[in-house]
Amino acid sequence: MGPGGLARLHGLFAAYKPPGLKWKHLRDTVELQLLKGLNAGKPPAPEQRVRFLLGPVEGSEEKELTLTAASVPTLTDHPLVCGPTFTSLKVGVGHRLDAQASGVLVLGVGRGRRLLTDMYNAHLTKDYTVRGLLGKATDDFCEDGRLVEKTTYDHVTREKLDRILALIQGSHQKALVMYSSLDLQTQEAYEMAVRGLIRPTDKSPMLITGIRCLHFAPPEFLLEVQCMHETQKQLRRLVHEIGLELKTTALCSQVRRTRDGFFTLDDALLRTQWDLHSIQDAIQAAAPRVAAELEKSLRPEPGTQQLPGLGRPWDSKGPSSGLGLESCAGH
Amino acid sequence: MALSAQQIPRWFNSIKLISVITAPQLRQCSQRAGKTLLCGFSAQPQMSSDNFFLQWGFKTYRTSSMWSGCQSANSGRQESNSARSTLLPSVNEQSQKTQKTPNFDSELSLEGLDDLPLLSPLQPVSEEEAVQIIAAPPLPPVSFTLRDYVDHSETLQNLVLLGLDLSKIEKQPDAANLLLRLDFEKDIKQILLFLKDLGIEDNQLGTFLTKNYAIFSEDLENLKTRVAYLQSKNFSKADIAQMVRKAPFLLSFSVERLDNRLGFFQKELQLTVKKTRDLVVRLPRLLTGSLEPVKENMKVYHLELGFKLNEIQHMITKIPKMLTANKRKLTETFDYVHNVMSIPHHVIVRFPQIFNTRLFKVKERHLFLTYLGRAQYDPAKPNYISLDKLVSMPDEIFCEEIAKASVRDFEKFLKTL
Repeated sequence: MGPGGLARLHGLFAAYKPPGLKWKHLRDTVELQLLKGLNAGKPPAPEQRVRFLLGPVEGSEEKELTLTAASVPTLTDHPLVCGPTFTSLKVGVGHRLDAQASGVLVLGVGRGRRLLTDMYNAHLTKDYTVRGLLGKATDDFCEDGRLVEKTTYDHVTREKLDRILALIQGSHQKALVMYSSLDLQTQEAYEMAVRGLIRPTDKSPMLITGIRCLHFAPPEFLLEVQCMHETQKQLRRLVHEIGLELKTTALCSQVRRTRDGFFTLDDALLRTQWDLHSIQDAIQAAAPRVAAELEKSLRPEPGTQQLPGLGRPWDSKGPSSGLGLESCAGH
Repeated sequence: MALSAQQIPRWFNSIKLISVITAPQLRQCSQRAGKTLLCGFSAQPQMSSDNFFLQWGFKTYRTSSMWSGCQSANSGRQESNSARSTLLPSVNEQSQKTQKTPNFDSELSLEGLDDLPLLSPLQPVSEEEAVQIIAAPPLPPVSFTLRDYVDHSETLQNLVLLGLDLSKIEKQPDAANLLLRLDFEKDIKQILLFLKDLGIEDNQLGTFLTKNYAIFSEDLENLKTRVAYLQSKNFSKADIAQMVRKAPFLLSFSVERLDNRLGFFQKELQLTVKKTRDLVVRLPRLLTGSLEPVKENMKVYHLELGFKLNEIQHMITKIPKMLTANKRKLTETFDYVHNVMSIPHHVIVRFPQIFNTRLFKVKERHLFLTYLGRAQYDPAKPNYISLDKLVSMPDEIFCEEIAKASVRDFEKFLKTL
């Protein structure tokens, strides 16, 4: 298993990080499970070494001594003497998730870590579902933080929320154009903007390319956010600011990443699937898609690009949101 | 050899008697380095042929590198000496030097220095002697791993074949030195036979010795006394074998210490003698581990979590591991089970297994049942789900029987958390 197993362990795959688990613990767990799988293969055949032994010459009556070469088993390479064959693996993490957030976390093994940098430089968007709660404000924008303020929220309606979200999307669109360093007066830039293919060139603050409300049942509401260069804390702060804009307060109860670039929830491996075989299969399944998408993203010509995320219309995204699940499971 | 005997200048003749003591040593060295030592080795017939050559090669290495140290033909007294003495080159050398000088005083003569058989690399050597010169690389005197010595030491080879994990043992600071200095016939065999008498099987010896290799340096009489003490406390032979297997360090504890620990558990938990015995047989590492976590956990159960003493006794007889559980994990699990799942104390006492499972498992399954509307933990009401069925079953059985959903639904639900 050993050499063959390791050869198939180069590439990118996605894991589903549950809430409450630090990303580093996830990475360490995945590494340990992979090492366990690699070391569990059958042990190699016992080695032999050649030794020259002194013995009497056959067929001679006198006491003559001569050297004969003999292959003698050796214990120098026995697993109980050297230890397990694999003691560490290089596993890298793509865009991180903090402890309270959950969702798709892209990991790279071996030569796949180089592709993580390529993904980072491709500036692909990420999808989040953010659940908010009206009427309370805390110091770290989460439910378990110190309560700062409590307000009423009866005046909040769906239209007001949608208007605020449209404002946010508009202002972020302007910022996106600014950070992409494109001159919008040219024809090519205009065509790219129409098709939604503008990307920032380098580091920028959080840019929201799309935001909409999926579900509104006061005090709870569910938003779907498409963004890049974000941290989960900034998304929680966004919910808090939406509350302030609505002249009430809000805090964020759940941040869940549903898509990271071209890895979706379907590709993400659950905790029970963090073992050698499942990860190898996931890497192999994702490899052609990864290669095609990264090549497209990093190609210099802007005209023929078809980047994921903004290009797709809203209604093609079916079961990724919370609404979809209520219809399929249970009663 | 950089300085061979012929380079000893003639001015040695004029040197005083004291310094001439070095000359016979040098002469003897030079004589021995060139010639085979068949005469010396014939006095030790029990050595195998490999070790014979090993010591020969070892000696040439030492004379070439340590010009001032000459070793005797008697340096290879036991087969493991070659491996053993590599770790203490200077000590052996000194002892051999002091042994050498009285023997050769009789050969002390100034005239004989001129007749030194001068040894040179171009000197012709007979066919037999040529065959017997061995050019194997020498054993390193100091090493960080036992891999260098395992092929040259029968003790180590036998231990590896028993199943001892040398790679784990050599990470401990003094373990490797201890193992190299042991002799299989004298020390190790007796202890192995003693362990087999106790009831430890052949295939279990490896794991036992990997944990407690220090048992080889224990006195056999002490070990027998400790086993006799345990038998006097009415532990059966099978019980003792199980305890020693699960807690390898048990026999390294003195009788007094074992007595104190058994007494501590009886007093602290206020259990009967028979129940204490059963507890200790099920989890013998209670006797060998630290007692502070046990005291702390008892306080946590009583004061923080609010269990009565008889409830704690009941839980501990069912799941002894609770005594050594992590305090933080205990409080987190209890907090979730009691406050979020709203399960009262008397129900938790009936299913202490909940303290032995990972918290994320309890949380995921509870949230799934709540989502499906099947989270009923009150024994009085219908559709009651007991806590042990909640946690002790694998995913497939849990989904089919308890949640009445498929595993795919459970996975889809997990991806919405």
